[in-house]
Amino acid sequence: MTELLGLSILELCYIAASITFILGLKMLSSPDKARKGNLIAAYGMGIAILATILFKEELTADKWLNYALILAGLIVGTVIGTRMALKVKMTAMPQMVSFFNGMGGACAAVISLVEFDHVMHGGTISSGMLVVILLGLIIGSVSFSGSIIAYGKLEGKIGDKALPAGQILNIILLLGMLGMAIFMANTAEPQAIYIYILLGVSLLYGVLFVMPIGGADMPVVISLLNSFTGMAAAFGGFLYGNQAMLTGGILVGSAGTILTVLMCKAMNRSLTNVIIGSFGGGGTAAADDG
Amino acid sequence: MVNILQLFVENREFIFLIIVSIFLGIEVISNVPAVLHTPLMSGANAIHGVVIIGSIIIMLEAHPTNYLALILGFFAVVLGTLNVVGGFVVTNRMLEMFKKKEK
Repeated sequence: MTELLGLSILELCYIAASITFILGLKMLSSPDKARKGNLIAAYGMGIAILATILFKEELTADKWLNYALILAGLIVGTVIGTRMALKVKMTAMPQMVSFFNGMGGACAAVISLVEFDHVMHGGTISSGMLVVILLGLIIGSVSFSGSIIAYGKLEGKIGDKALPAGQILNIILLLGMLGMAIFMANTAEPQAIYIYILLGVSLLYGVLFVMPIGGADMPVVISLLNSFTGMAAAFGGFLYGNQAMLTGGILVGSAGTILTVLMCKAMNRSLTNVIIGSFGGGGTAAADDG
Repeated sequence: MVNILQLFVENREFIFLIIVSIFLGIEVISNVPAVLHTPLMSGANAIHGVVIIGSIIIMLEAHPTNYLALILGFFAVVLGTLNVVGGFVVTNRMLEMFKKKEK
């Protein structure tokens, strides 16, 4: 009975959180309600996190270390996150968003790593779910390394550099990652080394994807990477059968994609122009915008 | 092929939810004015921090002696918290600035 009650409360909290995410996004798109919308979504997130800790598993004494580490992680993250967010200058906001976005992507990638390790050590899983884990890893790590490069570029720490034939290399890497994910899902005995290669290639792809894009186009790219992380979160939600993660992730994934397109329109550019235009004469195009 | 079909049949409710959410996400923000693009991006950034729930689930399910999972899970919790807390605080600061500008 108590267990059932706990699970019901958990699911109700997830529903509440999903509603706050929708309302939050809606209110964030109208000027006078935006601030309230942000707060509402924040409360929803808090409820979802608290409910997961309290009701997801029965609280048992032998897992004290797990709970202690969760609490420690939450405190460390909150202290560092708040400090960084409050200290940053108003003009440096976009790179801060990019940085936090990268953290979310890394979180999704780490979740996939742990789950793959779980599969390696005898956990049974359908190969379809393995694909979900691998896609979470790929998108999460692309988003992480891409966001960090975007952060570095906006901070002025990384210059614009384009590899010769970089676009072709990117396509090869992309096909390689997908091929490897399909291979890993179908092979009978997945090896640990495969996932680290996949991780490495994904990180490299993120770097090469953002590297040639000019600074003026960076907000568009950050928005795109933002929607990537949303998708990675949604894959995690799919994996755990968790509706809050799923709706939150997908909402950001789709809203972020549309927002990216809207931002491009506001700048009088097309999305393909921003992504591919960087190569060849793209440097001048970006300079024109600035 | 069988695997994909199986995945589809087993998770059809979730796939339904995904498709509805995609359209909802598009619809909800379609009228955003250009000045709010960056705050909206930042707010959405905080919302996908919901991935932190996955890292908490890892920590809850990890065996207390599985130190690899515990350590990685701890990092995931820190990263997710950074995303959530940093995201919401940054968005709030941005919107505060907007308020002052309008006055």
